[in-house]
Amino acid sequence: MITVIDYKAGNLTSVLKALRHLGAEVEVTDSDLGLVERAERIVLPGVGHFAATKRLDDTGLTGAIRGAIGRGVPFLGICVGMQWLYSGSTEALEQPGLGCFAETCSRFTEGTEKIPHVGWNSLEVRKGSRLLADVEPGEFVYFTHSYKGPVTSDTAAITEYIEPFAAAVERGNVMGVQFHPEKSGETGLKILRNFLGARP
Amino acid sequence: MITKRIIACLDVHAGRVVKGVKFVDIVDAGDPATQAARHAREGADEIVLLDITATHEGRATLLDTVRRTAKELFVPFCVGGGIRTAQDAEQVFEAGADKVSVNSAALADPTLIDAIGRSFGAQAVVVAIDARRDQKASDPVREAEVFVQGGRKPTGRRVVEWAREAEQRGAGEILLTSMDADGTRTGFDCELTAAVSEAVGIPVIASGGAGTVEHFRDVFGRGKADAALAASIFHFGISTSRGLKEELQRAGVSMRLPC
Repeated sequence: MITVIDYKAGNLTSVLKALRHLGAEVEVTDSDLGLVERAERIVLPGVGHFAATKRLDDTGLTGAIRGAIGRGVPFLGICVGMQWLYSGSTEALEQPGLGCFAETCSRFTEGTEKIPHVGWNSLEVRKGSRLLADVEPGEFVYFTHSYKGPVTSDTAAITEYIEPFAAAVERGNVMGVQFHPEKSGETGLKILRNFLGARP
Repeated sequence: MITKRIIACLDVHAGRVVKGVKFVDIVDAGDPATQAARHAREGADEIVLLDITATHEGRATLLDTVRRTAKELFVPFCVGGGIRTAQDAEQVFEAGADKVSVNSAALADPTLIDAIGRSFGAQAVVVAIDARRDQKASDPVREAEVFVQGGRKPTGRRVVEWAREAEQRGAGEILLTSMDADGTRTGFDCELTAAVSEAVGIPVIASGGAGTVEHFRDVFGRGKADAALAASIFHFGISTSRGLKEELQRAGVSMRLPC
């Protein structure tokens, strides 16, 4: 059973549709800690503002997710859901993230390029990523965001827009993607399939 | 490297895909769900479904069509037409759209843009603008007049000024249709598109007038568009997104290929 976390900051329909299309049995919760405790895998989608993740703290989901990750349950954060894995974001400095990754997310540097970064961009996948196994050099995925995580040793894929940033992070069972796999055609479905196959 | 997007547009009337010239003389071009799936398969980077008659007939967006179309679609999917309130938008999102496009209702009440953006994020709000050059204005392009209700009603608003307000209120993208060029297949209005694209910091999708590969190359270059929308070029088997994108890539425009 996959538990998808709803923190009331946007639309889950596309993520649920893609997971179900791949044969996953999906439960959605905005507060049921039991569903997190029993989850075989957890997906935290996210669009919108980083401040909305406060709801995870208020409902106790943050603690439950931290516990599940500690037990080795595979976790996938999407977009703001990935950014939440860091210490925080300059989008909402008062709101802490989970802190799995020590760095802070920040806004793209203002200049001549448009912000948000919207559209299809390519991935440079680092060796050894389970989430991005079989993703060939230069495959494209769909992004829509104004904030991003820095490139570190936990970065699983790099994308370039204004500057190189972390398109995906991965450390053991903790995974995150800045792009939207549910909207990234066959490449995105392949990545979600990899997540569904990841062993705890 | 970010690529330019080719967006397949399905104008829908009474549950069928249609295409007209300058918003009139519409002809049938198939089932929306079937057409959307075909476009995605053939390389379209995104699908837009516009219910072109919803606003003036006062109908709600065809939620059933949206649901059927979204079912097996795994590329971004935007729906417009008849969205008047944040609740209308919510129903469209629940039916499977990733973005909504608002036009007439946003001009009548611009706080609609703020309201949808607050609940669903700026990335989910596309402000569609239908504009016609105003030859009486001191700058006929930047002061092109904005029309509503499918191009039937002038608003007195000026295109650049309205696009800026939309951005400030939290629009994630602008879908700009040139009413002068729409349906003519003689090329996009590159001057109009560039004027809006330079005035805002959010992506601009150019629409209206696509007929040849050259037209797309022009609007991505001279027109400074981030994406281009095409309807008539794809219908009746004239061309596919993939074919178009391969030619554009050869002409030096960065595209998502293979797709």
